[in-house]
Amino acid sequence: MTETPLFAYTLRLADNALILGHRLSEWVGHAPVLEEDLALGNLALDLIGQARSFYTYAGEIEGKGRDEDALAYLRDAGGYRNILLVEQPNGDFANTIIRQLLFSAFALPYFEALSRSKDETLAAIAAKAVKEMAYHVRHTAEWTIRLGDGTDESHKRAQAALDELWPFTGEMFETDQLERALIDTGIAVDPASVKARWSQTLDEVFEEATLTRPRDGYMQSGGRIGRHSEHLGLILTELQFLQRAYPGAKW
Amino acid sequence: MTEKNIPLWEVFIRSRTGLSHRHVGSVHAADAEMALQNARDVYTRRGEGLSLWVVPSSAITASDPSDKDTLFEPTATKIYRHPTFYEVPDEVGHM
Repeated sequence: MTETPLFAYTLRLADNALILGHRLSEWVGHAPVLEEDLALGNLALDLIGQARSFYTYAGEIEGKGRDEDALAYLRDAGGYRNILLVEQPNGDFANTIIRQLLFSAFALPYFEALSRSKDETLAAIAAKAVKEMAYHVRHTAEWTIRLGDGTDESHKRAQAALDELWPFTGEMFETDQLERALIDTGIAVDPASVKARWSQTLDEVFEEATLTRPRDGYMQSGGRIGRHSEHLGLILTELQFLQRAYPGAKW
Repeated sequence: MTEKNIPLWEVFIRSRTGLSHRHVGSVHAADAEMALQNARDVYTRRGEGLSLWVVPSSAITASDPSDKDTLFEPTATKIYRHPTFYEVPDEVGHM
């Protein structure tokens, strides 16, 4: 492997943010009401902003002249390191909201911890992201409560979304040798250290939403090392089309 | 879900400390918390505000447009109510 651990780690953070941001952006013009259309677009822009910062830094670490655009638009699916959760299809509104809750309830404490990283750039990007993720948690938690404790139909859909997405949550807490080295030197965050808070946030929301937390069973894995579901390829087809068809195209 | 089922809320934003909240528009939302979040997402995307109020539109009592003459016309002739007949000394500064 030619890439440094710090490059690979930063790329994972960037890819999570870009792919989830892209998924949310797919709602623009399609959300149930205008207010939520803008809300989802706002969440998407938060994530894409985070992705840009992480990509720019990853390019600097790599030192081969790749900028944020090169990293986002010119890598194939196998080169992407996002977790599988964020590439899952939007499904219905409940699905999108639950996916966002599961991720942001993790990202909030994770970025809080990362804002104390020994790596100053990662710490600065994380510090900015903390406020954004706090709103993502607030917005999706309130929606989850209303969907879960709403009508029979909304409850059924919210529970189905939760059951479907739960097997993708295990990957958030995985670490590998590459990351372990960065954790030991105080650069990366040990995801195990934020699991209790993630769990507690969800339990509080689920209780109020009258949703049942699924049992931990088999967990999906592989995105972080480039093994993705078929969905990612389809995302990239759309996301990368312009730069692939018209290399170097600018505004 | 149709708009008919979702109540309307009026949105007020205070843009700076010391200013009062100003009406900026309205949002649909099922309850107060979601109205607040929708107001944030729709009306404060460009740093417009420091504080938000949302008020159920149904709680607002409005004047009848046909009462316009009775209510507002009589003030037109009372120009002495405008503070334009006073000399403001320079030392007072900006008022």
